Amino acid sequence: MNEFIQQLINGIHVGSIYALIALGYTMVYGIVKLINFAHGDILMMGSYFGLFSITVLRLPFAVALIVSMVMCAIFGMLIDVIAYKPLRNAPRISALITALGVSLVLENLFRVFFGAEPKKMPEVASLTGAFHLGSITISYVTVLTVVLSVVFMIGLQFIVKKTNVGKAMRAVSEDKEAARLMGVNVNKTISITFALGSALGALGGVLYSVAYTQVDPYMGIMPGLKAFVAAVLGGIGIIPGAMLGGFVMGLIESLSIGYISTSWSNAIVFGILILVLLFKPEGILGKNVREKV
Amino acid sequence: MKKWQEYGITLIGIILLYAVLSLLMVTGVINGYLKGVLVLIGINIVAAASLNLAAGYLGQLALGHAGFMAIGAYTAGLFMQMVKTSGVPTDIALVVALIAGGIMAAFFGVLIGIPALRLRGDYLGIVTLGFGEIIRIAIFNLQFTGGARGFRGYPGSINFTKMYIIVVIVLTILFLIIRSRHGRAILSIREDEIASEAVGVPTTFYKIFGFATSAFFAGIAGGALAFYQRMIDPKKFTFMYSVEIFIIVVLGGMGSLTGTVAAAVVLGILNELLHVIDQWRLVIYSVLLIVMMIFRPEGLLGNKEFSFVGLIKWLMKRLKSVEVK
Repeated sequence: MNEFIQQLINGIHVGSIYALIALGYTMVYGIVKLINFAHGDILMMGSYFGLFSITVLRLPFAVALIVSMVMCAIFGMLIDVIAYKPLRNAPRISALITALGVSLVLENLFRVFFGAEPKKMPEVASLTGAFHLGSITISYVTVLTVVLSVVFMIGLQFIVKKTNVGKAMRAVSEDKEAARLMGVNVNKTISITFALGSALGALGGVLYSVAYTQVDPYMGIMPGLKAFVAAVLGGIGIIPGAMLGGFVMGLIESLSIGYISTSWSNAIVFGILILVLLFKPEGILGKNVREKV
Repeated sequence: MKKWQEYGITLIGIILLYAVLSLLMVTGVINGYLKGVLVLIGINIVAAASLNLAAGYLGQLALGHAGFMAIGAYTAGLFMQMVKTSGVPTDIALVVALIAGGIMAAFFGVLIGIPALRLRGDYLGIVTLGFGEIIRIAIFNLQFTGGARGFRGYPGSINFTKMYIIVVIVLTILFLIIRSRHGRAILSIREDEIASEAVGVPTTFYKIFGFATSAFFAGIAGGALAFYQRMIDPKKFTFMYSVEIFIIVVLGGMGSLTGTVAAAVVLGILNELLHVIDQWRLVIYSVLLIVMMIFRPEGLLGNKEFSFVGLIKWLMKRLKSVEVK
């Protein structure tokens, strides 16, 4: 029983990271109907920025987190303007290939600059402890990860539901042309979406690299894919869906590691994706929308 | 010009190209190392041409091609190991092994295609990607594949001549499929799926058919790779390998087989030239991919095809215009 609870806690820990990353996928998909393959690499960039802020600039952890988020927000907007904006009206497949290209550029540029070998993320002194409840351990990192994710998710919900920017985002994702006619600055709204998604991705990245204590140029691929699966699981384009999907994903992963097999856990994750798409392609929270001609 | 004349000219062109390449090999201009490069280019041509059927002609984003190649490679290798002691001539067994690898890959293509092809482009990409990963993880963890150490110890090998024949056969079959009624049905799905369904094309059937055929030839490419390298390394068949094949297709033109051939040759040569700056190689390719998508999304050749007949017609026209002057 105790082991089960321990696995649940681990699951919530990774699940909240997946949820943060999945939010970026789902927001971008909701607004420009593009799977941003490069989002996993935003996570990687976020980890590197966090690493350098801590080791080179010797910033405290909280400041490093903010630096990383701001940098990634800027890079997210730049990627959109340089690579995706010229293809706004191109066929979907062109935009997807471009996203793939951006992802490869980022991975390989970071490999050229910083080497393929994983760098060690230093332990943050204030986060080394853990709570002990009987035989169950909850590390400070887990607590911080879950608390930060939940706070930022609530913040995001607030922005989307209550502010003018959020209203513009919802309008653009509903109907780009109609939003433009109502005076919404579509390009600016899309940029803000990319910035918000990338900042959340960076937060996820730093928390991920703290949990697994290493940073390398290809680290974003796997969590990126899993977060995408989480977004699909919850219903892509739906913000609460991404959060739910992230947590479900994390729980499935940690339970399959705990009770089935470590080496097969990634295969199980993708197997679930295929099953979801087979039986409920619109996701847990999604509504089935027929495609119109 | 009659149709059989055109085919004849193409055949002569193919044989001439082979003769020139063999002559260069005999005279030593193409050394043993470059011969290996040519075989690898051949494997990439088969892999990319088969992907072009799914991505270029059918218009689906298939990102799990390395998975199908892995299935083909392991099936072919295991088959050869099984018939090793049966006394069947190695070359005959090799042909059967390649086809068996293709059939196994096609079987998995149908299996993955039935759920995946109900979905639109971007989901399909993710499903095929996930499928490729599942295959790789399975190979790593199963007993009979040799796990992470790789698989070796099967007879059979492939040289330049055999590879050339495989490339010619595969491209011919792909051309025939695309030019046929079935090929037009596949093209109509790319152009407008809803419209083609409305005029009575069984879109689901043709999507699975195109996808499975693509997987079949990917399996053959994988088998050829297994026989060329004399061992199968599971670490080769990653997502990055699928992407490299995809890059060949995109650069050559989605919907142009000869474009694929040209892009495979160009990238094969570029790979050798860029060896000194290997780190930057993938950066350059991926930037190329983005620039290509923004400025020339249809690829080098778009959906045009190069043909020997067209070349001759063009040359004759040039000659005539010179004479008139």
